Amino acid sequence: MQPSYLKVFLTFARNSLVRDMSFRANFIFTCISSMAWAGMNFGLFKVVYQFTNSIGRDSGWGENEFFIFLGTVWLINSLIQTFCMANMERFSEMIRMGSLDFALLKPIDTQFLISFPRMNWAQLPNGMLGILLIIVSLNALAAERGDNLYLSIWNVLAFVFFIACGLCVMYSVMITLASTSIWLGRNQQLYNFWFYITNFYRYPMEIYQSGTIGWTLWGTFTFVIPILVVSNVPARVLAQPLGTPWQRWEWGFASLAVIFAIVSLLVSRFVFRSALKSYRSASS
Amino acid sequence: MESLGLTVRPVTWWHFFQVSVNERLVYRGDFILGTLMRFLPTLTQIFLWWAIYDSVATNPTAVGDAPDTQIAGFRYGDMVAYYLLVTISRAFSSMPGLSSGIALQVREGEIKKFLIQPVDMLGCLLLQRIAHKLVYYLMATLPFALVFFLCRGFFIDGWPDAEILAVFFVSLILGFLLGFFLEACIGLVSFWFLEVTSLMFIYMLMNFFLSGHMFPLDLLPTDLQILGIGPLNLRIVVDFVPFKYLAYFPAAVFLGKVEGAEMYQGLAVLVFWVMFFIVLSRIMWWRGVKRYSGFGG
Repeated sequence: MQPSYLKVFLTFARNSLVRDMSFRANFIFTCISSMAWAGMNFGLFKVVYQFTNSIGRDSGWGENEFFIFLGTVWLINSLIQTFCMANMERFSEMIRMGSLDFALLKPIDTQFLISFPRMNWAQLPNGMLGILLIIVSLNALAAERGDNLYLSIWNVLAFVFFIACGLCVMYSVMITLASTSIWLGRNQQLYNFWFYITNFYRYPMEIYQSGTIGWTLWGTFTFVIPILVVSNVPARVLAQPLGTPWQRWEWGFASLAVIFAIVSLLVSRFVFRSALKSYRSASS
Repeated sequence: MESLGLTVRPVTWWHFFQVSVNERLVYRGDFILGTLMRFLPTLTQIFLWWAIYDSVATNPTAVGDAPDTQIAGFRYGDMVAYYLLVTISRAFSSMPGLSSGIALQVREGEIKKFLIQPVDMLGCLLLQRIAHKLVYYLMATLPFALVFFLCRGFFIDGWPDAEILAVFFVSLILGFLLGFFLEACIGLVSFWFLEVTSLMFIYMLMNFFLSGHMFPLDLLPTDLQILGIGPLNLRIVVDFVPFKYLAYFPAAVFLGKVEGAEMYQGLAVLVFWVMFFIVLSRIMWWRGVKRYSGFGG
């Protein structure tokens, strides 16, 4: 019998919420702490924008545009941390302890089963904070540019669509990283590695577009590990096209987001399956 | 509590020290790679600040040229050099796991062994830290030297003179002591509250923002208006708390941002803070142990 994936997913969601709610003080504390870090991040750029009115010459990332970008990054980060992060760490541990055996025996797709069982709801408020920042900045931008700012429903839908594409890419990068722990036995550096990689997608890609090293980084994180596309495309949909029609390269860049979403899902699926073949249980 | 004779004590300390050194050498495997990875965030900072300086610059610069403007007295090179130097200050002053380790020992009752044995807990922890840090510097020298060599162009004025270098090194050592005793005090709070996680968190947050880890403190606004309160001079606020000595101060000394009488004044204040937290941690230890009751074992 084919299991109902939606039902299983919702059960995971409910169970995790119940679990989170049984340690309520801890839940609230985690919410506050992640929001406080976001606040620090915001503070840093408030300080920066005292001294400049744009990041990058004529790049279009003025204060309000940039805070739309920042809100987008918070939203993506929070969704990844809510739905994936804990599971990937757990997966790495399952391989080491040999408890992956139980997952393999279940009559459901293994990748699905290990990807979503534990959701960390405490990370979600950060995403809401991101949405709030986006809305406030859009309003400020409208005031700044006069009333020619017109955000159609299509912009919002495109934003949601590209966020979804971005999540596919991030999920794929993560599951690929986690799969490597099957070969390595244990991957303790997973979280660190993740932190160092995501560090590159927190800023508009324009800052890398100068010099050899810059363009190399840009190329690597656009075409090899396509994380720059993840944050830049949705943020650009809201912050940049307002009032100005998109250029041809922007269309190209946006279609890259869709292509990469599909390709990276396929690649990560392939990596996961071939990694599973080398899995040898840890029990005696 | 009775303490050991003066001849035996150094021997005990030496053993503690040796054990801690060996403990650390076990994990040298991917250490160098890990240290190099630690500079990746600095790489993005280099690009971020280039973009910022480039957009502030009055006359357009050619690609690859450093923009000519200053932000709060920092040239572009100074800014990057600052972030690199802060990694050094942090290598001295950060104490991962110290507070939570002490809290755990108090909670789990492991602290009893220090009450029974004639060994001082804080002294023992300090020796452990020194050993760990020394091993860390020994192994981190190579990756650090490599990164600083590659980035030597950002240090526009080259090496500072001997006097400034001396103050720089002294402030690093004092920064280490300040970091140690400050976090030890936070850990010792667990005698009164078993859970210090939230206190640790507040400390980390303040440290991150007010120590200059995130940006040079010279950038802080002098007339902040917040929720109808103000104008608030944040630069004066950071002068009255000890955090800036954990990251900002050594880097600022090296770059000549703090010099002359002001530099020695800063050093004196740093000494004051170190003494303050040494005394505080002693008092907290005595009072805490009096309160403490261990069962079982």
